Amino acid sequence: MSGKRGWPVGEALHEVSLTVNGVVRQARVPARRLLSDFLRHDLGLTGTHVGCEHGVCGCCTVLLDGAPVRSCLTFAVTVAGQEITTVEGLAGPDGEPSPVQRAFAECHALQCGFCTPGFLCTVTALLRDNPEPDELHIVEGISGNLCRCTGYQNIVKAVGRAAELAREGGEGTA
Amino acid sequence: MKPPPFDYHAPHDLDEALAVLAGTGGDGKVLAGGQSLIPLMNMRLAAPAHLVDINRLAGLATVEAGADGVRVGALARHAEVERSERVAQVQPLLRSALGHVAHPVIRNRGTVVGSLAHADPSAELPAVLAVLGGSVRVARHGAPPRDVPAGEFFLGPLEPALAPGELAVSAFFPAVPPRTGTAFVEVARRHGDYAMAGVAAVVTLDDDQRIAAALVACVSAGPVPVVLDLTAACGRRPAASTDWAAVAAEVRDRVDPDGDIHATAGYRRHLTGVLARRALRIAAAEAAGEYGWTDER
Repeated sequence: MSGKRGWPVGEALHEVSLTVNGVVRQARVPARRLLSDFLRHDLGLTGTHVGCEHGVCGCCTVLLDGAPVRSCLTFAVTVAGQEITTVEGLAGPDGEPSPVQRAFAECHALQCGFCTPGFLCTVTALLRDNPEPDELHIVEGISGNLCRCTGYQNIVKAVGRAAELAREGGEGTA
Repeated sequence: MKPPPFDYHAPHDLDEALAVLAGTGGDGKVLAGGQSLIPLMNMRLAAPAHLVDINRLAGLATVEAGADGVRVGALARHAEVERSERVAQVQPLLRSALGHVAHPVIRNRGTVVGSLAHADPSAELPAVLAVLGGSVRVARHGAPPRDVPAGEFFLGPLEPALAPGELAVSAFFPAVPPRTGTAFVEVARRHGDYAMAGVAAVVTLDDDQRIAAALVACVSAGPVPVVLDLTAACGRRPAASTDWAAVAAEVRDRVDPDGDIHATAGYRRHLTGVLARRALRIAAAEAAGEYGWTDER
C-alpha cells in the first residue's frame, strides 16, 4: 500500500529546501531520500547520473557549497538549506559552455557520456582549487570517477586544456 | 540500492543529540559524513531504526592543533584535516595516511572521527590512532565524557567501544616527539580502495642516530589494527646497519591476516613484512632529518 507519490503509508515526510544552481527548490520527501534521487526525481534535474549507488563510480558527483561530493551518499534532508551545483548549473548564464565543458568536447573526453556529469563537477572544483595542476594532481583528482569508454587519456588532456581555456578567458575579461 | 526507512533526528546541539541518542536505545545510529554508513544502508546491510544526524552540531566541526597534539572534532571532514598545515607540522602521519583514505571527493564529506567509530580494520585512521597511542572522547547523556585509549577502543571488526547511546565527540592524536619520524604506506588493488596491507610506523632515534623506539600498526592484518613494538628487532643500531630482513621476518611471524578473494593470507603476510620494513626506513630517515629520502618507495 502506498501513499502520496508512492511513499509507504506512515513514512514521515520532511520539507526539504535547497538552493540548486542558484534557485531555491523544495519538495516533501522521506529522510531516506538520497540527494541524487531528490535532484532527479523530485526536481527533474536528470543531468546528475546514478551509476553504482555506493560511492564508487563518481557519476552522481555534485558540488555541495562548492565542494564535490557523492550525491548518492548524501541524504537530501541532511543538506537542507545548503547550495548545490549540478551539471545543469555549470554553463554560463547565456548557456555558454564553461571552460571545462568546452575542453571535454574539444578533446573528445567523452564517448557514451554517462560518467561525464560527475567528471565535469569534479574537474570544475579541481581547477578552482588548483588552476595549474600537473598530471599527477589531475590523475589524483579524477581518481574517484570511473569511465568505461575513454581509457581516461583524453579526460586527462581535457583537464589540462580546461585549465588553459580558463586562463585565456580570465585574461580576456581582465 | 535504496536505503530502508528510518526515523530521522536532527538535533541542534550536543545535549539534545545525546538525549535523542539515549532515547533510541540500541536502535540508533549516528550520521556524520555517512561515507561508510550510507553505502551499507543502500546495500541494505545496515538498517538502523533511528538516525541521529549530527551535521548541524557546528561545535563539533573543530580541528585544534597544539603543542601536545591534534584534537579532531566529530564533524571535521577528512579533507579539512588533510589540508591543515598546522596539523601536518604537529603530527605529519595524519596527512600521509589521509591521502590513502578513499578518494578526494569522499574525503570532502567523510569525517576522521567517523572513520574511527566505524572501526574497520582495513581502514587507515584506526591504525594511525593505534600507533600514536591516541584516544577517543566518548560522551553520553547525563554523564561526564570519558577518554578511551586507542588500545581499548577497537574491539573487533566494525566494533568500537561505544555503548548504545554513546557518541564519539572527538579524537586526540598526540604530537610527534623530538627526533621522531613517521610514515604510512599501503598496497591496494586500485588507488583509493581498501588496503590489502598497510603499515603506519613511528621511529624515534637517540642522540647517536640509533633506533631507540620503533612501533608499527598494521592495516588489514587482523580484526583490529595490529600494533607491534619492533624496537628490539631493530636492535638499537642506525637505520643504515639495521637488519631489515630480520625485522620484516618478525612482522610476518607476528601478524595473522585472513585471506579473501583479493589476496591470500600468505600474500598479505608477505606484504605486511615488506611494508613494515619500508615504513620503518622512511620514518627513520625522517627522524634523522633526511627529507626527500625516496629509496625503495
